[in-house]
Amino acid sequence: MKSKITNVVTCGVGGQGVLLFTDVLADVAVSAGMDVKKSEVHGMAQRGGSVISQLRFGEHVFSPLIEETTADFIVGFEKLETLRYLHFLSEKGKVIVDSLEIAPMPVLTGASEYPKDIMERIKTRAKNVYIIDAFNKAVELGESRTQNVIMLGALSRFLKFPFELYKTAIEKNIKAKFVELNIKAFEIGKKLARK
Amino acid sequence: MENIKRSLLSGDEAIARGAWEAGCKVASAYPGTPSTQILENLVNYKEVYCEWSTNEKVALEVALGAALAGVRSLCAMKHVGLNVAADPLFSSAYIGVRGGLVIVTADDPGLHSSQNEQDNRYYGMFAKIPVLTPSDSQEAKDFTKLAFELSEKYDVPVILRITTRIAHSKTIVALDERKEVEDKGYTKDITKTNLLPQFARGRHVSLEERMKKLEEYGNTASVNKIIDGKKNFGVIADGVAYEYAREVFPKASFLKLGMVWPFPKELVKKFAQGKKHLYVIEEVDPFLEMLIKSLGIKVIGKDKLPLVEELNPRIVRNSLTEKKTTFTPETGLPSRPPALCPGCPHAGLFYLLQRKDVIIAGDIGCYTLGSYPPHNTMDTCVCMGGSITLAHGIEKALHNGKRVVSIIGDSTFFHMGMPGLVNAVYNKGNQILIIVDNRTTGMTGHQDHPGTGKTLMGEKTKELDCAEVTKACGIDKVHVIDPYKIKENRNLFRQILSEPGPTVIVSRQPCALLVPRKAVKKVDSEKCNGCKLCMSLGCPAMSFVDGKVVINTAFCVGCAMCAELCAREAIV
Repeated sequence: MKSKITNVVTCGVGGQGVLLFTDVLADVAVSAGMDVKKSEVHGMAQRGGSVISQLRFGEHVFSPLIEETTADFIVGFEKLETLRYLHFLSEKGKVIVDSLEIAPMPVLTGASEYPKDIMERIKTRAKNVYIIDAFNKAVELGESRTQNVIMLGALSRFLKFPFELYKTAIEKNIKAKFVELNIKAFEIGKKLARK
Repeated sequence: MENIKRSLLSGDEAIARGAWEAGCKVASAYPGTPSTQILENLVNYKEVYCEWSTNEKVALEVALGAALAGVRSLCAMKHVGLNVAADPLFSSAYIGVRGGLVIVTADDPGLHSSQNEQDNRYYGMFAKIPVLTPSDSQEAKDFTKLAFELSEKYDVPVILRITTRIAHSKTIVALDERKEVEDKGYTKDITKTNLLPQFARGRHVSLEERMKKLEEYGNTASVNKIIDGKKNFGVIADGVAYEYAREVFPKASFLKLGMVWPFPKELVKKFAQGKKHLYVIEEVDPFLEMLIKSLGIKVIGKDKLPLVEELNPRIVRNSLTEKKTTFTPETGLPSRPPALCPGCPHAGLFYLLQRKDVIIAGDIGCYTLGSYPPHNTMDTCVCMGGSITLAHGIEKALHNGKRVVSIIGDSTFFHMGMPGLVNAVYNKGNQILIIVDNRTTGMTGHQDHPGTGKTLMGEKTKELDCAEVTKACGIDKVHVIDPYKIKENRNLFRQILSEPGPTVIVSRQPCALLVPRKAVKKVDSEKCNGCKLCMSLGCPAMSFVDGKVVINTAFCVGCAMCAELCAREAIV
C-alpha cells in the first residue's frame, strides 16, 4: 500500500517569516515520529523577493520538492504570491491565504499593475479557500511578525498534531521572550480558520 | 535504537556536524550561497578552529596547510568559489595530505543565487580528486566523515559536492558523538609538499596510482549501491536527482552513485547487464552519461532530460514517462524580483548614479540588485572582483570621453578587488571606484570580514579600513561619504566626474538590517503633490495610491532618505 505523504507549500514575500513557519511545522512532524523533508532557497531570493518553502511528511519521503498539482495545503502569506504558486494545489487541497497585499517593485515603479481580482481567481481555481486576516491580527497583537504563527495556528486545525508539539516547536525556534506572544498568536490563528 | 538522537538538519548543518564528529580541527571558507551555513554551524563546536578566509583560494590553502600539519581540515565554498580556488586545488591533488582534507563545493543548479550553473563534478575528473555526491542530509553527514577517511587512506583531498537542494533542504539525521583523531604532526618532506618540477613528476605518477586504487574501491564500496527492483529496468543517479528518480520510478532497479569520481566502471558494467531500459538521471551536465557511454553502454539521459535548471519530480516524470503531470500556472502576474531592503544605504548612492551618463561595472553582492529598475545602475556583473578590472578594460578601449565607474562591496573588495585596483593604478587608469561599505557581507546573511574588526569565532581583530587600503594601493583621491546624505553627495559627484581619476568613493553606512529601526516616516497627503521623486529611491516601503505617496509603516525603518529628497517637506 502506498503510504500517504502530506505536502505543504508555504509562500510569501522575503522577510515575512515563511521559513520560520516551515521550521516550526517540520519540527512538529519530526516529533510526531514522521519522516520529514523540507526545501527552500536562501540568499538573493530572500531580499524582498518571492519566497516558497516546501514541506513533506509521512512514512517515507524521497523528494524534498513537491510536484505540481499534489499539494494538500497552500499557505499563502500574501495573496499575489498565493496565486503565483496555486498550480501546486491538488484537486482536494486547501488554500489558507492572508488577504494582505504587498506591492512588488514592478508595481511600485509603475511597470505593471497589482491584479485586482486575485481572490476571485484563487476561488475559481480552488474549492477550499480559507481567507485569514493574519497580518492585521498580528498588528493588533502588537507585533506584525507574529503573522506566520497566526497562519500556523490556522493550518493546525486541519492537521492531527496535538497542541503540545506545536508549543515545544515554537519554544525551540523562537526567542524565549517572544514565546508567550507567539502562543497567543497561534491560538488566535486556530480560531480564524473559517471559510 | 531509541538511544540514537535524531535531528532535522539542512545539508549544510549535517556537513558541519559530520566534520565535528570526524574530529576536524581546522575549517575555512568564504561565504557563498548555498554553502555559507556550513562554517556558521561548525563554529558552534568549540573543538574546531574556524575562519572566514578572504577568498576561496586563501581558504583552500589554509585548509591544505592544516592538513599538511597533520590535522583533519575542511574548507567550504560555493561552486564558483572553486574556480577561484582552482589553482591550489590542482596542486593539492599532487601533494596529497597528512590529516584528511575535505573540500565542499555547493553547486547551484537553477541559479537561485549565482551567476552560472557550472557542474563541479568535472573538477574531480579535471584535477584528479575523488568526488562524493550525497543525496540527503544523512548522507551529507556520513559522506563528510567518509571523505576524511578516504582522504587519509588514499593521500588525496576529497571533494564533497552538494547542490542547493542538499544544502538548504532539511532531512532527518541520526547524530553520533565526536571521535578525536590523533594529530599526525608536521614532518618536512619536500618530495611530497614542494612541487618543484623535479618532485611534481613523482607526485603525478603517485596520483595516477592513488586514483586507480580509488576506482577499485568505488567498484565494491557501499558508497555506491545497487537497489534491486525490476530486472530489466535500471536507473543510474546521484545527488538529489536520485531522490526524484525514486519518487518517479519506485519499482526500478537503481545504481545510486555516492562517489562519481573516480568513475566505478566495473560496477556500472555489472549493473547495466541485462537491462533493457537504462536511464541516467542527473542534474545539469551529462557527466555520468558521458562516462557510461564511454563504456559502450546504451543509456537514455540528456536526450530527454534538460541540460539547464535543476530537476524536480515533475521534470523527471514528464521527460521520461507517458504519464505526464499537467498544470497551468497563472499568467500575467507581476513578477517579484528581490529588491534592496527598506533603508538600504545603497539606494541613496544609486539614486544619484542613475542620473549620470556613465558606464557602470558592477560586482557581486546585495548591490547587484541595483541592476533592476528603478536604479538600472549596473551594466555588468561577471564574478567576484570583476568590477574594477572590467571598468579598466572598458576604459582602455573606449575613447569617447564617457566616464567609467566600478562598484564593489566591502567584503568583495577584500576578496578579489584589491589586485584589480593595484592594476588600475599601475596602468594609469582613470576610473571612479565606489566601495559600498555596509560593514558586513550582506547578501549571504551578515558575515564578518577584514573590515569589520571581528573574526568568525567572535574575537576582536585588526579592523582594516578600505579607504586607507585604497590609499596604500596608490589612490590619491579618496572620499568617504554617507550615502544617506544625498544632497551633499550630489555636489561631490559633480566635482568628481569633472576631475581626472583614478578616484575612490567609499560609501559607508551599515546594512539597514543591522541597525535599530528609527521612527517611521509618514506622508502628509495635503502637501504631497505626487511628483514621485522619492519613489525613485526604489524603497519597498513606499507605494503610490490615488496620486499620492504612501509609506507602509510595517516596512519603513526611518532612514529618512525620502524626507531629504522631498522638496515640499511632505514626508515627516
